[in-house]
Amino acid sequence: MHTLLLLIIPIVFMVIVLFLKGKTAGYVALTSSILSLVVSIIVAIHLHFNGYFDEFNHTWISSFGINFHVGIDGISLILVLLTTFLTPFIILTSLQKETEDSSVFYALVLLMQAGMLGAFTAMDSFLFYVSYEVALIPIYFICGLWGGENRIAVTFKFFIYTLAGSLFMLVSIIYLYLQTPGNHTFEISEFYKLNLSLTQQTLIFWGFFLAFAVKIPIFPFHSWQPSAYTTAPTAGTMLLAGIMLKMGLYGLIRFVLPIAPEAVAYWNTLAIILCVCGIIYGSVIAIRQNDLKTLIAFSSLAHVGLIAAGIFSMNTQGIQGAMIQMFNHGVNAVALFFLIDLLERRSGTRLMDLFGGIASENKKIAVVFAIVMLGSVGLPLTNGFVGEFLLLMGIYQWNMYAAMFAGLTIILGAVYMLRLYRNVFFGEISEASRSISSMTMMETIMSFKMIALIIVLGIFPNLLLNLSAPAVTKLLNLIANHSTLNATL
Amino acid sequence: MNAVIALTITGILNLFGSIFNYRKITPLLSIFGLAAAVVFNSLERNTNQSFFHHMMLMDNYAVAFGAVCMLLAAVLIIFYNRFMGDDDHHLPEVLSIIVFSVAGAIVMVSFTNLLLLFLGVEILSISFYILAGLKKKDLGSNEAAMKYFLMGSFSTGFLLFGIALIYGATASFDLSEIAAFVKLKSAITNYILICGVLMILVGLLFKVAAAPFHFWTPDVYQGAPTIITAFFATVGKIASFAAFYRLFQICFAPISTEWSGAIMIVAVITMFIGNITALQQKSLKRMLAYSSIAHAGYMLLALLSPAYIGASAILFYSIAYGLSSMSAFIIIHIIQTQTRTDEAIGFTGLAQKNKTLAFIAAISMLSLSGIPLTAGFFGKFYLFSSAIEGGYVLLVCLAVVNSFISIYYYFKPVIESYFKKSHTDTIIQLKSTETVLLILLSIATIILGILPGLVPSI
Repeated sequence: MHTLLLLIIPIVFMVIVLFLKGKTAGYVALTSSILSLVVSIIVAIHLHFNGYFDEFNHTWISSFGINFHVGIDGISLILVLLTTFLTPFIILTSLQKETEDSSVFYALVLLMQAGMLGAFTAMDSFLFYVSYEVALIPIYFICGLWGGENRIAVTFKFFIYTLAGSLFMLVSIIYLYLQTPGNHTFEISEFYKLNLSLTQQTLIFWGFFLAFAVKIPIFPFHSWQPSAYTTAPTAGTMLLAGIMLKMGLYGLIRFVLPIAPEAVAYWNTLAIILCVCGIIYGSVIAIRQNDLKTLIAFSSLAHVGLIAAGIFSMNTQGIQGAMIQMFNHGVNAVALFFLIDLLERRSGTRLMDLFGGIASENKKIAVVFAIVMLGSVGLPLTNGFVGEFLLLMGIYQWNMYAAMFAGLTIILGAVYMLRLYRNVFFGEISEASRSISSMTMMETIMSFKMIALIIVLGIFPNLLLNLSAPAVTKLLNLIANHSTLNATL
Repeated sequence: MNAVIALTITGILNLFGSIFNYRKITPLLSIFGLAAAVVFNSLERNTNQSFFHHMMLMDNYAVAFGAVCMLLAAVLIIFYNRFMGDDDHHLPEVLSIIVFSVAGAIVMVSFTNLLLLFLGVEILSISFYILAGLKKKDLGSNEAAMKYFLMGSFSTGFLLFGIALIYGATASFDLSEIAAFVKLKSAITNYILICGVLMILVGLLFKVAAAPFHFWTPDVYQGAPTIITAFFATVGKIASFAAFYRLFQICFAPISTEWSGAIMIVAVITMFIGNITALQQKSLKRMLAYSSIAHAGYMLLALLSPAYIGASAILFYSIAYGLSSMSAFIIIHIIQTQTRTDEAIGFTGLAQKNKTLAFIAAISMLSLSGIPLTAGFFGKFYLFSSAIEGGYVLLVCLAVVNSFISIYYYFKPVIESYFKKSHTDTIIQLKSTETVLLILLSIATIILGILPGLVPSI
């Protein structure tokens, strides 16, 4: 029942927010997101200590065997927590400045939260598909209405790209539905039991891969991403980079691995090569960026490429690494975008050239930025390290050379992030940097929240790893059984 | 059956409107007649009665499609009164033509005899030829009527020729007897029969505006008064499809190997031509005309799917398409009359001028493009899954490609109304009844998107 509550809270508050005006709308939205956070923590405690699997199942469209079936297992939980942790933070960031038509804005943010939570908790593939698309509509309007330069074209490209990919997923889902025995069903757990030939699995694999590869994005499908991240308003970028792209990664773990394991084993060489290309490509381009937001966008491309490669390596380390890194990447990306927004609000620019020497004037911002940056680069004792370490270990088990190239992400990551830090915070103090006043009380509190997460998760990664471990083990057993079953047939 | 009688009486009463001077109340009278017909129609649910010596059968299929056509026509009449009412001296006659054409539509969805199919098609088509030319001083409207008439009667010729050939082969007009004949093994080598089936196919493909028989559609849709275009695109198309599906599933399913290949190719061509040409259109009316061609392509998929699922799929799709297409055309008409342009520019800044209208327009466009939580999405989902069940995975993939091509043009008005600021300050006004009706249409679209189980399967 808690899961249902998680979905209902944002929707109910969304309706309320629509009738409010100005900052009140924002504060009500904030209340809603904090309520969700509390509920999700209760779910986490239940699951962890009592092993209690929270679910809700109700017939939705009986003639099609579609159920409104939501539930939270270990894999879902990490992403649900990520969503509920970041949404209040994102709303708080938006509250730092005036937003036009704020009621619509916050209502859309809440709708987006509901859609993403729906996708992360869906146990029915039809519900997953619907939530996956429902999350897309609000972000389209958020980027289109409050975005920056050239927003119409950029947002539309992003929208069409994502929708195009996901339609192939729909075909795959319908195909799987028709393979289920008896009265067909869309239940995901029923899909796991199917015995599909390699050809069937290959088709399913590519159908899902197209959808998720666009969303994540994996290398040749990424062209919407940098411009969309740059153009979107800060809250939109945070939602996109922090949470939304995880829907693609989550989909890989939830659908592709257990439903088409042989096809993954057959095609993962290609998939991992694409991911590694993305890692190097994103990092190299990030080195040459001048706009801070674009730089983080490309670095994000590199980071999620690594996560996807870890998932495709199909072993415990890879998948557990992916789980924890999904959370950490969300935290780090959102923290970075928060800091960039903070700089932009004060100086009116995001261009690296125009900054310089902030550290000599404003120590607090410099220190906060440094910690977040180190977390993003993956320094030991920060959260980024644990995830990247596990991911690289997983990839290494699959193939040493792939891990070597994927490992470049750490070196190249240090190059572009340190370059950014040097240009923005050290050197001669520039005109734009002089206008940067110190952090307000609220911003300080928000920064500390993020820094605390970065350091605590760096020192005690088990907090998250233990939550997802049983579910990941179960998943891998499922895959192993599937393969032996097919081998004996 | 009683519905047809009620409609005919309403039509005749309307005709007397000019003579006995009660033309002012004819719109009310028509709506009342349609409402009565809907009631009579729904009373016949689950009765499976046949009439006129087994020439018509009111099964649930006929009842469902009949209700859809009548309700859409009622919506149309409410708006027609507002848009054409004041300066239209032939209001009673036009209304009676509309009502008669709905009677034709009901015959088309309930026939069990080829003669009645022909009769229904003719009642509907002849009314349409007249309606297309309503604006008699407008060159476009005249062109539309002329083109529609010439092409339409030509295609009816094909239909009739096909019926004659089938009669020659089977010695019957009755669907059950033809079906019994077709089930025989010898049917597959009976070339007269197969020629007849293909002729009927051509005739009906013309009526549903499938490529390559679609060339009349854009001109007719653009030339006719917008409100009439809405009628063609919804009631006309739905009735023709219902007749098409009824004939081919009841009668010709056993020899589907002979015609399914043709349908498949036509479906692919129709989807691509409709969608790709719609991308280029400046006039939104013309764009919707091409999009309706594309929708015909999707609906053809239902003919290829197994019988037990195809009928429900096509019914749901018709309802979804009817609702959103109707409101899209009505909104375009409103914008066109108030901004003097039927291009997307007319929508610029609509969200500031009239929030409700912008929202309704957005919902109908989202539904037409098949975004989840609207009826249009579930309609597509239904059609696609029934076609995959029939084994046409590749065809569905092509349909999927088409449905994201279509997003590009359906989003044009949405982008204009929400993301751009208007340069003029013309105010877009609506009467409260129309607002309520349009809101009801979009609420229905959303509710059917969330709870598609509300539409019973047939």
